[in-house]
Amino acid sequence: MKRDELELTVRLYRSLRRIRRVEEEIVRVYPSDSIKSPVHLSIGQEAVATGVCEALEPRDVVFGSYRGHAMYLAKGGSLPRMIAELYGKADGCARGKGGSMHLVDVERGVMGTSAVVGTTIPNAVGYAYALKHRRENRIAVSFHGDGATEEGVFAESLNFAALKQLPILFVCENNGYAIHTHQSRRQATLDICTRVRAYGIPAETIEDGDVFRIFQAARAAAAAVRSGSPGPRYIECITSRWLEHVGPGEDFELGFRSREETEAWRKNDQVARLGGMLPAPQRSVIDEAIEAEIAEAFAFAEASPFPPAGELLMHLYR
Amino acid sequence: MERTLSYVDAIREATDLEMARDAGVVLFGLDVDDPKAILGTTRGLAGKYGGDRVFGTPLSEDAMCGAAIGMALAGLRPIHVHIRMDFVLLAMNQLVNMAAKTHSMFGGQEHVPLVVRSIIGKSWGQGAQHSQGLYPLFMHVPGLKVVAPSTPYDAKGCLAAAVRDDNPVMFVEHRILYYQKGRVPEGDYVVAPGKARVAVPGREVTLVGISYMQVECLRAQRYLEEVSVSAEVIDPIWLAPLDIGTIEASVRRTGRLIVVDNGWMTCGAGAEIVASLAERMQDAPGWKLRRMGFAPVPCPTTPSLEALFYPNARTIAAAAFDLVKGAPQGWLPAARADLKLIEFKGPF
Repeated sequence: MKRDELELTVRLYRSLRRIRRVEEEIVRVYPSDSIKSPVHLSIGQEAVATGVCEALEPRDVVFGSYRGHAMYLAKGGSLPRMIAELYGKADGCARGKGGSMHLVDVERGVMGTSAVVGTTIPNAVGYAYALKHRRENRIAVSFHGDGATEEGVFAESLNFAALKQLPILFVCENNGYAIHTHQSRRQATLDICTRVRAYGIPAETIEDGDVFRIFQAARAAAAAVRSGSPGPRYIECITSRWLEHVGPGEDFELGFRSREETEAWRKNDQVARLGGMLPAPQRSVIDEAIEAEIAEAFAFAEASPFPPAGELLMHLYR
Repeated sequence: MERTLSYVDAIREATDLEMARDAGVVLFGLDVDDPKAILGTTRGLAGKYGGDRVFGTPLSEDAMCGAAIGMALAGLRPIHVHIRMDFVLLAMNQLVNMAAKTHSMFGGQEHVPLVVRSIIGKSWGQGAQHSQGLYPLFMHVPGLKVVAPSTPYDAKGCLAAAVRDDNPVMFVEHRILYYQKGRVPEGDYVVAPGKARVAVPGREVTLVGISYMQVECLRAQRYLEEVSVSAEVIDPIWLAPLDIGTIEASVRRTGRLIVVDNGWMTCGAGAEIVASLAERMQDAPGWKLRRMGFAPVPCPTTPSLEALFYPNARTIAAAAFDLVKGAPQGWLPAARADLKLIEFKGPF
């Protein structure tokens, strides 16, 4: 590997591995009931947020959904404050008032995640409008799932973003399922990008979950969006959710999908793949640093107090 | 001599002044830059401030409300206009799930300085979907502020206050109020949230009129003079936060209250006012109250039924007279031409 390739691989691996290990630790801790929040885990989907966020500048902003741990972490959101948020503690990123579904770190450009499907899509569009209005050299990114593309607000948002040629990158994390219902039972045509192109927005699908391919597509799209021409871009990333819709377990026993369906994706696991591309000593240095960081973050969350009674009525109005 | 402006021009002037004062203020909604300019309230602003700051939108209330929130998160101060309040229902998810919750749900990291203007319709066949006074829906949701000014003075001052507020404000207008003229000082002033106004002092009964019903209450107060009943008329102006203290002080003096809502009574603004007073005035024996509002049906278009759908000055006066006398009196004042302000005259 050339030096810049190696550096990229290291950065992507660190992000992938860190997200995977954080969520595995959430799974491990979950039965203890220390986490006071429903969790929608991204295990299996890490490459999307990792590849896209690697292509962004620190001052770019992202908006996401309730399955938002990966996006939050990939964009640089504070890990200790995220875990504290899951624990409902005062040092959480939302002071214990948001939980796993409402992560935020404005300083790092994580503008928020919503529990209502599709809701943050127009928020990202509006943010992009402000960026263009002020001629700022930043872009907004909307992360959403395949289910969100069925919401009316999705169509409205694409239309307005294209109409005003806004600096926004739409990223669809298509894991094929809205809770337990497959895309084919929800959408008359499965080709999301064809629908997007109807609004005059260039769109492409990354079928194989390859984190390098996602990064390259996002880098090219972000560069185009940043230059102001030709306005918005759309990337659909096919991916696979390995755990249940919400919670730390699996859901194959429900019968709506088979374990085999995820097998090809497990063989294509980007965490293992990139780990294997690195020299073992370098990899263990990274892994050990991640483990230390995670241990510290959970200890931080444990040690943080619950918010006092006076917090209840705070932050309603500014 | 004091300057007189219409409600329309008061809103336009407030918008103009705020846009001049703060480059972050942007104004948009269906038709804000079309030749009719939202009944004149946005006239000339697109030309003055440019299409980036004043623009008509696609017919996408949901996404445009969401976009307004995104703009607010980025530091702009959007004003999103709906020519009828009924259309705001298309944006409820963004208003209730995002705008109202952002500051709290994200632990104070973000806030949403957003103004949503909307107009309640009335008369000449506005019908079921152009007439609804849905402000109680928004009063119900913590995190939103709600204001329904009834005079040109308040329209200007409340809109300035709403634009400067760091929180989402539902700014509720009324089509018939657009014909009102009144004193409006030039230059800058605000009518700050959370303060009601005693419009007319009185002794025997308190009339609280919301939005356009304030005008009907003021007329009712004059009718009541004919039968020597002294009515106090209060305009709450801001519904959230609500100045219940001013209303309480009045009812403690008069012992009688009629709340006239510009909407349905069930779970309405009037219901909230009455419930709050019931809690606060358990030590005050024998006070009497009555709620008035829309008939509990969708608004009909035909004038014969529409006339029965709304309270009006005469029915309010009759109810107040009965309340003061303690029993039905069978009195209904004859309509007086001198109390008739300009009414909406169709056709469009």
